[in-house]
Amino acid sequence: MAPTRREFLIIAGLSAIGAACPPLARIVAAKAKAPEVRAGLPGTPGSMSALKAKRWAMVVDAKRCIDDCQDCIAACHYVHNVPAIGNTKHEVKWIWPERFENIFPEESHTHIPDAMGKQLMPVLCNHCDNPPCVRVCPTGATFRRSDGIVMMDSHRCIGCKICMAACPYGARSINFMDPRPFIRKLNLDFPTRTKGVVEKCNFCEERLAKGLLPACVMACEQKAMVFGDAEDPNSKVRQILDKEFSIRRRPELGTNPQVYYIL
Amino acid sequence: MLEKALTGSNRYYGCVAILLAFFGMGVYFYLHELEFGLAVTGMSRDVSWGLYISQFTFLVGIAASAVMVVLPYYLHDYKAFGRITVLGEFLAIAAVIMCVTFIFVNLGQPARVLYVMFYPSLTSVLFWDMVVVSVYLVLNMITGWTVLSSVKEGVPPPAWVKPFIYLSIPWAFSIHTVTAFIYAGMPGRSFWLTAIMAPRFLAAAFASGPALLILLCFVLKRFGGFDAGKKAIDALATIVTYALIISIFFVLVELWTVFYSQVPDDMEHYRFLFRGLEGYNTIAHWMTVSVISAVIALVLLINPRTRKKESFLAIACVAVFFSLWIEKGLGLLVTGFTPSPMGHVTRYMPTGPEVAIAIGIWAMGFLIVTVLYKIFLAVREAEDL
Repeated sequence: MAPTRREFLIIAGLSAIGAACPPLARIVAAKAKAPEVRAGLPGTPGSMSALKAKRWAMVVDAKRCIDDCQDCIAACHYVHNVPAIGNTKHEVKWIWPERFENIFPEESHTHIPDAMGKQLMPVLCNHCDNPPCVRVCPTGATFRRSDGIVMMDSHRCIGCKICMAACPYGARSINFMDPRPFIRKLNLDFPTRTKGVVEKCNFCEERLAKGLLPACVMACEQKAMVFGDAEDPNSKVRQILDKEFSIRRRPELGTNPQVYYIL
Repeated sequence: MLEKALTGSNRYYGCVAILLAFFGMGVYFYLHELEFGLAVTGMSRDVSWGLYISQFTFLVGIAASAVMVVLPYYLHDYKAFGRITVLGEFLAIAAVIMCVTFIFVNLGQPARVLYVMFYPSLTSVLFWDMVVVSVYLVLNMITGWTVLSSVKEGVPPPAWVKPFIYLSIPWAFSIHTVTAFIYAGMPGRSFWLTAIMAPRFLAAAFASGPALLILLCFVLKRFGGFDAGKKAIDALATIVTYALIISIFFVLVELWTVFYSQVPDDMEHYRFLFRGLEGYNTIAHWMTVSVISAVIALVLLINPRTRKKESFLAIACVAVFFSLWIEKGLGLLVTGFTPSPMGHVTRYMPTGPEVAIAIGIWAMGFLIVTVLYKIFLAVREAEDL
């Protein structure tokens, strides 16, 4: 039987309210589903071999780093299917070399030994405790996990690029074009991205979930990169930080970056 | 009333056809961008915003400036603006639609644009900007259309529309303030990290917006048989004059702080803006043009004899608009990214497709203005008969 005018209006009205409140519906649905979804993901509470920390952090010992070596970059960019675009304007990079004077411009002066001022060392996302990129993102596509890792959800990213403007470390890249043709060797264990989304270092959260240290740390034969829990006094990271003087990039901005450099 | 846009002179049809052609060109190149990605633009990893966001920023100002006719008329009962408040509101409608479109074409994943509403992030200024700009569009549609409808019926505007009009006044300030906050809240970009950004934006908006409105009134007088009235034009010119002076003052205040304090990072950006860095001085050349235009406009506007003469006023308004379009457009935007936080200088030059898309959006905006003003004229004509 066809609905009466009155019934039709009620249904139409309720539909309109429903359409206008998807966030509400989503919250309700997420609350209902949350436990089993979380339990099913590797690396989250419940899985066996995952590496866990209260606060993941990295130490880069620049004294050990060799100028021409690109091992950490090659390893990272392979495991994460980072495309080799080949031009600086559109390149995508998660970890890359910069000179001391560019990484620490405020510490740079004319009497710094030339070897140090020109030395290359790796830079990457600092996984800030107070990340400006997360603050500015209009969709929550980039977010901070409770263990400190600043993550990217490529499916949520709309490509507005405000995070790239907000990041004081230039750690973020957008896929100006379809990245897939530019991936040299495909790693089937990690997703590729599509054009128009932003990406960056994820502290190898997918490897931590499997009990593996980050690819760059493992690849470095000089042991110039150390990864661990900054909240755990017995971690390797803390053993170094408690002993040696370390600096961080632009700490005056209040972002509380978690990549420490020893020079 | 919409039917009034369908009939008109050959000149009107010709104008619409030309604007549609430019809009079509923009659509064609946008489809290109949609297929190949943002690589077809001049944007880069270091200069990750470009022409699109600069036009967005400038046009939010044009939209907000409608308040410069609405406020005097409704809050101070300044009668001379009675005939042109609707023109201001219609201009705001066109400007806001252009803003939204510029944001849209800047997205890497445009199909996901509604995620901003589906997954609102309350700490994001961009989210709030989308909210205030959308509401401002609706407010101006309601008030502009309702007021014009009452003109058509020959009755005073209904009482229910008044609250919307009053709300639109603070709302106009809010849209440009929030837009300034997009820039002024970024810790790593010292060029934008200044509390005067929002006041500067508003001052520039209240100069460039009314300047455009004066020019549009001149066009309507010449081709549409509608005279805004000398008093209204004089008052608008006074607003443009003061706003331009304040706008220039704000920039000088910035320059003093930066160059007297001599903080290197801050100075580098201004050096780039006015002189260029590492041989990249395209923006600096444009800024020279901007400064010269501003000086010409200032001279013509401050002198009452030239300000009150239509021909000189028209030149002054073009100069104001052009000067601020450069300063608040690519000047403000590209300089924030140059040098990059790591001290690198990456050249930004909009590409052909990027410019074509931007022209297409401007054509769309002018098309909306043309159609809305045509309706306005038709209603006014019928009223005057």
